[in-house]
Amino acid sequence: MTTTTPPREVQAASPGNGAGALTGLRVFTGRSLKHSFRDTESLLMAILLPVMLMLIFVFIFGESIAAGQGGDRSDYLAYVLPAVALTAAGFGASYTAVVVSNDMTTGFMNRLRTMPFPAVTVLLGHTAASMVRNLLATGVVLAIAFGLGFRTEVGIAEFAGAVGLIALWILVITVVFAVLGMVAGSAEAASGYGFVLLFLPYVSSGFAPVETMPGWLQGFAGHQPMTPIIDASRVLLSGGNPGDEWWIGLLWCGGFIAVAVWLAAVLFPRKIAR
Amino acid sequence: MAYTDPAYTDTPLLRIRGLSKSYGRHRVLTDLDLTLPPGVHALLGPNGSGKTTLVNILSTLLPYDSGEVRVLGLDPRRDRKTLQGLISLTGQYAAVDEKLSGTENMLMMGQLFGLSRRDAQRRADDLLERFELSTAAHARVATYSGGMRRKLDIAAGLIAHPQLIFLDEPTTGLDTRSRQALWDEITALADSGASVFLTTQYLEEADALAERIVVLHEGNIVADGTAAQLKGRIGGSTIQLHDDAGHILEEIPTRGSAIDVARHLDTVARTRPDVDVTVRRPTLDEVFLELTGEQAGAPDQKDADREEVAA
Ligand SMILES: Nc1ncnc2c1ncn2[C@@H]1O[C@H](COP(=O)(O)OP(=O)(O)O)[C@@H](O)[C@H]1O
Ligand SMILES: [Mg+2]
Repeated sequence: MTTTTPPREVQAASPGNGAGALTGLRVFTGRSLKHSFRDTESLLMAILLPVMLMLIFVFIFGESIAAGQGGDRSDYLAYVLPAVALTAAGFGASYTAVVVSNDMTTGFMNRLRTMPFPAVTVLLGHTAASMVRNLLATGVVLAIAFGLGFRTEVGIAEFAGAVGLIALWILVITVVFAVLGMVAGSAEAASGYGFVLLFLPYVSSGFAPVETMPGWLQGFAGHQPMTPIIDASRVLLSGGNPGDEWWIGLLWCGGFIAVAVWLAAVLFPRKIAR
Repeated sequence: MAYTDPAYTDTPLLRIRGLSKSYGRHRVLTDLDLTLPPGVHALLGPNGSGKTTLVNILSTLLPYDSGEVRVLGLDPRRDRKTLQGLISLTGQYAAVDEKLSGTENMLMMGQLFGLSRRDAQRRADDLLERFELSTAAHARVATYSGGMRRKLDIAAGLIAHPQLIFLDEPTTGLDTRSRQALWDEITALADSGASVFLTTQYLEEADALAERIVVLHEGNIVADGTAAQLKGRIGGSTIQLHDDAGHILEEIPTRGSAIDVARHLDTVARTRPDVDVTVRRPTLDEVFLELTGEQAGAPDQKDADREEVAA
């Protein structure tokens, strides 16, 4: 029998001992951010989309929806703010499916898997970059809202709570899109599957109160995960007490993230590009 | 300077015993046995013969079903992480990031292999220089030609001084000039002391680069030896005599050596001084016909096994 492990010195002297998970995360987050900021078209979309959504909802639908509720346009601006942020983030996060799918279906991932560090950090890098991109878009939404006259008197804690809930949901859709990108056979298919998710905010309390919807939709709209998250952040921004909504929202997010992480852990080792 | 360790000189580069691999019910590698010393070796086989599958197993990417595999004395499954620090894979499909520059690609790989940023930068500059990519180092890879991409892909695999470099069809799809340039690089790699295990569909490439050529056909090793031994088995170049219209008048088999070819040409020159002559190497098709035909004529246990699986 020949020896099956080399002498210790060899391992110690070998220059390719590999990076740790933290280095991997840092390197890949940097890479994904470079991708994001070099893809000028996608970047432009990420900024223009929230602007358009905000203007359309406030100026085109705002008056009539608000009138039905006995309010005016500025009431509707405050009402629709969290939903616009989350709708824009949905589009922004769908980009994650495309980039993950690209990595999985080219030779890139194969090389990473033969290297001495945890290759799964490439997914964390895409996730981190998506958070940065979409929180920037959320900042744009807030800036426009303030520009259109939105004001809030709440303290820093409530404000952070509202933005935190929005950020958590951005994380949820990002990881869901990342898993879609992993299972999809191509980048096109990946963004196709995610299409349904982009309509989720419209069938929630985000743009119009659930009570104004037809009965058969109310069941879904009232109980889907985005409704408590949107309600809770809206209430937090207006200085009210979000009651049960906010921990129901948290539970939904925790559940989604746990399932997505589990799926990623199961699927990632099996997916090898041919 | 290449990283070589004297401790490995006695350890075979590869030692494979009874390796089998199936995808579902589709048997791709059948009971392979192979031992190779350090050096440059080629795995030669047509599309679908199992080259990528074998390389992926050896480079820790794929699990195998049965048998014993040692790469640099290490088990790709059990000693995965240690082995990963000593090898690099440049796969059949490019692993470079199109949206990053050449330098950025190199730095990324260097840091992932555990080099400091400074070391990675120094090594990246060296390698880009050596592969004649310095002038394009800061351009995005999306703007590179096929040959440049391939070179960058291979250079990125060298950043952490691997002892064993896997190259899966490194020159497929390249023009003759880029191919020749890559051959020179691979030869230089070997001179620097690293071992190379490459796959190819071209007999010519295996002949130009490899000390040992392993011929794979439908997941079986049908020949394994030096280029000279292989040629001895399949015959050397053929001398073709043409008329003015290019029709072949006669084909004269040779042993492929200069002296043998010269002897036959000498005879031709004396008997038919004006005839057109070309010296043609055996094509891969002919090699396979020869090798696999031979095997079919003398079926052994492996063949019987394979037929059972296919049925
Ligand atoms: N992931 C896979 N799943 C199923 N079959 C595969 C897979 N990868 C390769 N094969 C099949 O295995 C055989 C060998 O493939 P491969 O190792 O890629 O050969 P080569 O690299 O010599 O072209 C082919 O018939 C191919 O279709
Ligand atoms: Mg192949």
